[in-house]
Amino acid sequence: MREPDSANSFDDLEFYAAIGLQCGLEVHRQLATEHKLFCACPVRPYSPLYDAEILRHMRPTLSELGEYDPTALMEFKTRKQIIYRLNRDTVCTYEMDDAPPFALNRDALERALVVAIMLNLNLVDELHVARKQYLDGSIPTGFQRTCILGVGGRITVNGRRIGVRQLGLEEDACREVSDVGHTRTFLTDRLSIPLIEVVTESQARTPVEAAEFARVIRRLCHLSGVVRTGLGTVRQDVNVSIHGGSRVEIKGVPRIRQIPPLVHYEALRQKALLEAREAAKARGLGPDAFDEGDEDVTAEVRRLDHPVFSQAVAEGGRARAVVLRRCAGLLAWPLGPTRTLASEVSDRVRVVACLDRLPNIAHTDDPSLGQAWWREVRARAGAADGDAVVVVAGPRQDVATAVEEVRIRMREALAGVPRETRRALPNGETAFERVLPGPDRMYPDTDLPPVALNDDDFERARARAPAPLEEVEARWRGLGLSRAQVDALLFTDRFRLFDEALPRVRLRPTVLAYLVADFLTGLGRDGVDVGRADADLLASLYGSGTAGTLTQKEAAAQLREALSDGRHAP
Amino acid sequence: MSGDERWKGYRGPAREALIRFGVGVWEDVWLRSRKGEFRGLVLPRNETADDRHVVLKLETGYNVGIAADSILDVVSKGRREAHYHIPEREFPTDPDKPRVTLLGTGGTIASRLDYRTGAVIPAFSPGELYGSVPELADICNLRTEKLYAVFSENMGPEQWIGLATAVAREIESGVDGIVIGHGTDTMHHTAAVLSFMVQDPPVPIVMVGSQRSSDRPSSDAALNLIHAALTAARSDIAEVLVCMFGPTSDRYGLLHRGTRVRKMHSSSRSTFRTIGDIPVALVSREEGVRPLRRDYRKRRKDRRVRLDAVFDDRVGIVYYYPGMKPDVVDALVERGYRGIVIAGTGLGHVNKPLYPALRRAVDAGVHVFMTVQTLWGYVQMYVYDTGRDLMDLGVVPAANMLPEVAYMKLGWVLGHTHDRDEVRRLMRTPVANEVTPREPPDGYLVLQGGLPEVERFLKKHRM
Repeated sequence: MREPDSANSFDDLEFYAAIGLQCGLEVHRQLATEHKLFCACPVRPYSPLYDAEILRHMRPTLSELGEYDPTALMEFKTRKQIIYRLNRDTVCTYEMDDAPPFALNRDALERALVVAIMLNLNLVDELHVARKQYLDGSIPTGFQRTCILGVGGRITVNGRRIGVRQLGLEEDACREVSDVGHTRTFLTDRLSIPLIEVVTESQARTPVEAAEFARVIRRLCHLSGVVRTGLGTVRQDVNVSIHGGSRVEIKGVPRIRQIPPLVHYEALRQKALLEAREAAKARGLGPDAFDEGDEDVTAEVRRLDHPVFSQAVAEGGRARAVVLRRCAGLLAWPLGPTRTLASEVSDRVRVVACLDRLPNIAHTDDPSLGQAWWREVRARAGAADGDAVVVVAGPRQDVATAVEEVRIRMREALAGVPRETRRALPNGETAFERVLPGPDRMYPDTDLPPVALNDDDFERARARAPAPLEEVEARWRGLGLSRAQVDALLFTDRFRLFDEALPRVRLRPTVLAYLVADFLTGLGRDGVDVGRADADLLASLYGSGTAGTLTQKEAAAQLREALSDGRHAP
Repeated sequence: MSGDERWKGYRGPAREALIRFGVGVWEDVWLRSRKGEFRGLVLPRNETADDRHVVLKLETGYNVGIAADSILDVVSKGRREAHYHIPEREFPTDPDKPRVTLLGTGGTIASRLDYRTGAVIPAFSPGELYGSVPELADICNLRTEKLYAVFSENMGPEQWIGLATAVAREIESGVDGIVIGHGTDTMHHTAAVLSFMVQDPPVPIVMVGSQRSSDRPSSDAALNLIHAALTAARSDIAEVLVCMFGPTSDRYGLLHRGTRVRKMHSSSRSTFRTIGDIPVALVSREEGVRPLRRDYRKRRKDRRVRLDAVFDDRVGIVYYYPGMKPDVVDALVERGYRGIVIAGTGLGHVNKPLYPALRRAVDAGVHVFMTVQTLWGYVQMYVYDTGRDLMDLGVVPAANMLPEVAYMKLGWVLGHTHDRDEVRRLMRTPVANEVTPREPPDGYLVLQGGLPEVERFLKKHRM
């Protein structure tokens, strides 16, 4: 089997089919409402300024079906103090979780229904607001209020029908400011802004197709006219699995072009983890292999000059060595261009035990601390030749958690690919973020009654929905626009200007598309006020005479002049 | 299975649709409606919701409602009933730890969902509590007893007397402290009446609840309960106390005197305030109980407690408003009420048209006391003629007793006697600081948001 290198185009259908890649998206997009979803707070530009802070802790609670969610239990182990910064212009007692929700924002609901119709969903007749648990603190209540508008829809991507599992309407979460040790700090201005969540089926066959899904959804959202546009208004979660692997969710990818390498490296990571499992099994390791064997090695660490450990023990912390029987060499197992199984262990120790100064582990597959020192540690911990040893250091309680996490992660390595949410790294790899939550995180919101939708609601949304995306694109292609031009028009919401101006100008459609999508965007970037470039201005410039013969360059020169001297301004 | 169970909560067209297609709750179904296909588990319906929708739990955990009249077909794929239970673990006992009894009246320290009503049902056994708040075992040996399971607005004289009797019985049996789980709405009413009914207790009697139900990750229930257990087990404050969050942050709790405390916000965690005085103490996991004053009753070794659980409920509060008509007072008198607490304006005033009605009330043997609706400050009926006129009519000033506390005390006093002088004497004799001789300068502090110095304070100290 060939493996594409990092310079590949991530579209080798045969390779990804062979490893059984399955990939789908969850696209979160803010709706362009004036107010938040469950209170009267205005949606304002984000600001780092704040007037006050509150402190909260989160505890796991039972799901509706009587189970604890695994993510919740993991977060509880982290013993995080959560600090929320409050700005009185953007937050009220609702976001602070000091007041119950007000009625669901009708404008948000109507906007979301427009998208639901464009996604061809089976619409529900009654919305049930659910509480989806988030114990990471990103929402002060400990849960996100969310509801489903429809299931079983479809979009068309490059002529292929792709399933849309569901569309949700929900409140956005806080923006994280910092996460150091046991303290995580959030800004609350973004909290509770209405979002839609579009979940596709895992039908992307290559990493490139996954990005295409995202682009089609972006175009569809822009065409809908109901969403907020611009930086920070959209985030993609990417679900990836391969044959024998598990669903892993890469969270909060802001740019579509990041998607292909992320999917690719995640697929390879899962493949490598499965190979590591086979290697471990070949050594006869069973699930109880990691149950015991750890020793205090604070005295040994005191003799080291280590950038993290030395400080940890100087501050009164302890160091412990965990013996992993018959695991020598496994921690160095490569899982990506820069990552090994040890990186995964280190992630767990960082996230769950909050030992976040790196490097937070030392292990015998990386002998940089010196053979002599490791001999002492091995002797102290009672490790034999074929055993691996991992050392962690920090406050006593954190070290106890860390020791347990090292064992948990190694047990998971024997099971294969753990179900996780992961965060994107700049090079296309990912790092552990949380255990993947399941349906047990859902709980009905007893604060809000169900919202019945009637035929009027559906009719209003149908009337407001634009023509289907494929139809609009076909019309523009019929005017002679290239695929790239169509995409450029839908890259922002300026396509409206194109449609409005088209019947009023004599320009060739391709020239008009260039002016609207490319040239104005460039001018705007250069600081020219392009807000004045409306259909009236374009009609007055190109509505008569010989405009039909103008080249792109000539037309653009006229527009630049008009915008710079204000001659044609009304 | 009975029909009520099989179609739990469903009525009208929705129930008919389920019957027509032969499916019931907890069945995994494939459902086709005019709007498309859905796969999910049929959930019981909340009885207060309409009768036109069937609720499905989708595989993703989300619930959705399908219009009954749009359903074309339903096929059952099996049955999967939820087993909702709070994990129970045996509460460990340690002979070296203090013994605390938790008496339950309602509220949501630990809770589960009731599908029929959509409300949360409190769970309560020590095992359940230990399963959800294991920290309790580090503090005390816990025994629990469920006296009532009511929302706090449904507490009344019968429950107050029952609760006071149970508290006295527990004290006599030798516990080191008592915690009372209670809904927050009327926690201060019950705290006040307990202060009169259970006198001179040798151990702490700590009332606790939560402003966010315990089925929420951000609930204040666990921390409040931990604070209350710490107070009951270890503090030396032998009084009836309300133990609830100080600030809205998860920082510390405040211990308020049962007769000086009031719920002041409908939903904030920081809702209980000591009015006209300062709280008795702070309590936190880090520092334990830290007294803010020294004049509290100390814990004693003996088990002597005076139970005086009587109550005459023929008492009402009249919240005065300008333009009030005298027939409001007349109506109470005609209906046989024996005591009236007026929450008057300012220093304790009502309008002139009420005077004849008040005279008729006093002449009929009704005991009328004046409190202030400003909550802070004393009744002072000498400053204006109005006040003097009212006293001439027989209206008795109740100093700085809070209106609800005066109501509780008058009901308790009238449980003993109806003799006018004796009622007045008892009302004027403080039992548990319901009247205080002085209001300290920091007894009235409601910080005004927006002021630069207050905003500086808020930025520096977590709310």
